This record gives sequence, C-alpha cells and structure tokens, in this order.
Amino acid sequence: MDKKDLIQYIETIADNSLILGQRMGELTGHGPTLEVDIACTNISLDLFGQVRSYFQYAAQLSNQEISEDDLAFLRQERAYKNVLLVEQPNRDFAYVIARQFLFDHYHFLFLKHLQNSEDETLAAIAKKSIKEVSYHKRFSSDWIIRLGDGTEESKQKIQTAVDDLWQYTQELFEPNEAEKAAEEKHIGVDIVSLQAEYTQNVGKVLQEATLTQPDLKFFQRGGKKGIHTEHLGYLLSDMQYMQRTYPNMKW
Amino acid sequence: MSEQEVKNLEEIFEARIARDEKIEPKDWMPEKYRQTHIRQMSQHAHSEIVGMLPEGNWITRAPSLRRKVALLAKVQDEAGHGLYLYSATETLGISRDELYEQLHSGKAKYSSIFNYPTLTWADMGAIGWLVDGAAIINQVPLCNTSFGPYARAMVRVCKEESFHQRQGYEIMLTLCNGTEVQKEMAQDALNRWWWPSLMMLGPTDDMSVHTEQSMKWKLKRKTNDELRQQFIDQTVPQADILGLTIPDSDLKWNEETGHYDFGEIDWDEFWQVVKGHGPCNKERLQTRVNAWENGQWVRDAALAYAEKQSERKIKKAI
Repeated sequence: MDKKDLIQYIETIADNSLILGQRMGELTGHGPTLEVDIACTNISLDLFGQVRSYFQYAAQLSNQEISEDDLAFLRQERAYKNVLLVEQPNRDFAYVIARQFLFDHYHFLFLKHLQNSEDETLAAIAKKSIKEVSYHKRFSSDWIIRLGDGTEESKQKIQTAVDDLWQYTQELFEPNEAEKAAEEKHIGVDIVSLQAEYTQNVGKVLQEATLTQPDLKFFQRGGKKGIHTEHLGYLLSDMQYMQRTYPNMKW
Repeated sequence: MSEQEVKNLEEIFEARIARDEKIEPKDWMPEKYRQTHIRQMSQHAHSEIVGMLPEGNWITRAPSLRRKVALLAKVQDEAGHGLYLYSATETLGISRDELYEQLHSGKAKYSSIFNYPTLTWADMGAIGWLVDGAAIINQVPLCNTSFGPYARAMVRVCKEESFHQRQGYEIMLTLCNGTEVQKEMAQDALNRWWWPSLMMLGPTDDMSVHTEQSMKWKLKRKTNDELRQQFIDQTVPQADILGLTIPDSDLKWNEETGHYDFGEIDWDEFWQVVKGHGPCNKERLQTRVNAWENGQWVRDAALAYAEKQSERKIKKAI
C-alpha cells in the first residue's frame, strides 16, 4: 500500500481515539464519583496512548517529515477523519456513557479484526489496544445497564442519550476511500461486515438495561470525509491552542 | 468508664506512640486524637481533590501528546490519593459523604494554594516543581506518623509526589531551554507561585495553633518554619540551574547559619485566601459542589440498581 494512503488510513483510525480521548479528558475532576472520575481519565489515557502509537507509526512512514504532534495538533478541521459520534459533547453523564458504549462496541470488533492485518505494526497496536478497549466496553456496558435499570430518572436520561446518538452509528460501518483501499490490501478491516455483530451485541446490552433500541431511518455521516458537526471546531480550538499560539516550539 | 480508667488508657496510649508503635483503627484512642486525625486527613484528601482542578484546567490544552498523557496521569494520581486518604479517614468512623458535606459547606478546609489560577502552560511546571515540592516536604515526615492507615497511605502518596515534582521540574527545564517567550512564561509562573508555595508550609511557629499537640502525635516532626527553610534551601539552587530569578530581593545565602535568608511573607494575603477570599476560592468550591450535585442522579441509579440486584439474588435463592 502506498505510504500516503496508509497514513490516511492511520488517521481515520487514530482520529477517533484522539477526539474521544479529548472529550473524556474534559471530565477529569468533574465525575459523579471519585471512582468514575478515575475510570474516565483512564479511558482517556488509554485512547491517547493508542493515538501516540498510531501517529508515531505515521511519522515513521513519512520519514519524520511530520511528527505525532503535527498530526494531532496542526491539521485543519476538514482534515480530521473521526466519526461524528466521538466529537459529540459531554452534555451529561448519560451522553458520556452512551457515546462511549456505542463507540466501544465498534472499537472492540474493529480491533479484533485489525489484529489480523498484514501490516505488522497495525496488528501489534491492535493487540495491545484490544485489552484496554475490552475494559472500556465492560465499563460503559455496565453503566448502560445500571442507568437503564436504575431509577426512573436515570432510565429516561440514558434512553434520551442513546436515542440522540444513535443517528451517528451508521457512519461507523461506511468506509471512506482510505478504508476501502486498506481493506483491499488486507491491511485494513472490512468494517461493513462488523455491523450485524455490533447491532446484536449492542442490542443485548440495551435489552438487559431494559432500554429500547432506536429504530431510525435517517442517519448523520460525514466525519470520515472531514465534514463534521459544529462541535469539532471548538474542541480543536482548545486542543490546538498551544501549538497555534506558539508555533515551532518544543514543550 | 471512670475518669481514672480513661486516664490510664491515655497513659498507655501515649506510651505506645512514644515507643513508635502504630495506632490502628480498632485500638482505643482519645477522642481528641480521633477528631484531630479526621480533620487533618480529610483536609489532606480534600486538597487532593480540589487540587485536581487547577491542573485539570490545562488537560484539554496541553501542548503535546506526551505532555497531555503525563498531565492526565498526574491528575488521576491525585484522584487516587484522594481515594486512599478518604478511605483511611473513614476508618475513624466517619463516612465519605459526611466528609464531602464538610467540604461543600465550607466547614472543612483544603490547601489554599489551589485557590490560585493556572494561567499559562508554565503553571503546570511551576505547580509540579514548587507545589508538589512543598507538599513532599510537608508529607515525608507523615510516612512515620502514629496513625497506621495514614502512615501507610502517605508512603504511596510520597512516592508518586516525588515523580510529579521531577516531571514539573522537567517542564520548567524544557521551557528554560526553549525560546525567549517560553523562558518568560517560566519566569512569570515562578513569580506567581513562589510566595503562595512558601505559605503552603503553614503560618509561622508563633502563629500556629496545632504544632505542639501534633508533634506529640507525630503528625508533625518539624515546625512550619523549619520546613519552610528546608524548602527554600532546596529550591534556590534548582532555580539557579533553570536560570530563573526568585522574586525576593531579600533572598541571600547566609554563611553563618548555612541557610538562605528570605524576605517577609505577606501573611495578610495568606489569611485572606484561607478565609475564602482568594482569586479562585468560590469557583473551586462551586466546581466541586456542581460535580457532586450533577452526579446525584447517577449515584442514585447505581444504588437503585444494586438494590434490585440483591433482591433478585434473594428471590432466586428462595
């Protein structure tokens, strides 16, 4: 696979961890309990750790023409390829959990298959990351169940969050050009094939949580092609602040 | 229990402490010992939790991925310290909810240093270097304090704090080896954090109300003024290596005493912040109260779910 295309593929994968890591990092110090606060920070740390592995690999492929920090902090908004789901804001704890849950189940299946990539570095990153993500999946699924089968108030809140975020789930299974190219070369994952298992796994948890699986006809998409929701610009202004204000410095 | 019996128990208790034995939660202890430990340990726990906020303020804006990961991990360590310290305090017969209530109502205090704002990235360096540096000086003696759970918690806390301090110093070193703008940022951070860091070691000995009793119970091994001198003596050479100037025109090496002489601390500012009128007192407390109140429905849900689960188990068993 052409190095440039491979870098594009790496960005498509890593941007999800980057943007979700940033969202989870916003919560540090504000969690509903100290234990949950620690767990959310842990998820953020895991995701940023993955981002570093992916971007260091991309930097190596570019012969160090770009660095991990250039990729994380110095692209234009339209160049970020994360799915719309992960950039959605922390409206309340129900949205945090629903977003995490809907992404984790995808992320887990994705990494399970990426372990078989013919690209050894990506396969190795997937092997390391899947251990972390299986913990994320357990954490978010347990909370979906607790909130769904908790009080009336929590049930209503988590159902609303799942309903609102569901419109961003279809995009997870719609490959962009880089994903198609990577899949053809047996480097990338055939994400279309993950959807049936995803729907089943997510459905099982929602059922245990006594929640209703949304039934939607219309979905939002565009993140993978760089067409984002209005939320991403604000997230990037925060995240890129130092690199933009003080260009070309080492920190 | 007769007065004589209590007096006997107190004598045995004080003798145990004098022999450097650890007091454990189930051991008899004077009520004043219990209350003093609840006060100091919870104040320490609250400081960890409130202390997450000024640094948390820079997580989303950290300048590189490496720095972001290190900062997240540091703030998470502080949450972890809060957790052990609350748990250790709970062994004295008070619940975590009661301790939070004392924090939220303003009855319990936390370290005043966290009522100052973090305005630039260099503040992450200055806090690690100076604030964690002062905290270590305060806390290392507590690894040998008389109350077992506190002493054991402090061993772990101190190990992590010393890592944080090196990390903070390394941020400062990077800035000082960087561009002119970065060096100015570092100097500005030192200017703002220096005096509050000296105040962290507590009021002067003649103003300190708790020192004597605390010495006896090994909650303190050195006086505030001794600790402050130790901090200054240790920190001045570090500032020299960075090429930064400590904002005190009276600071100079005294050959005779073998210590640095330093200028007058503005104790009016110290008391103003302690009494709730520092730059961020209201904001910090409000942030904690909001996190707690916004999380109420989540904690209620977890409790309701746990109750349903145990009912289901009982039904199954029948």
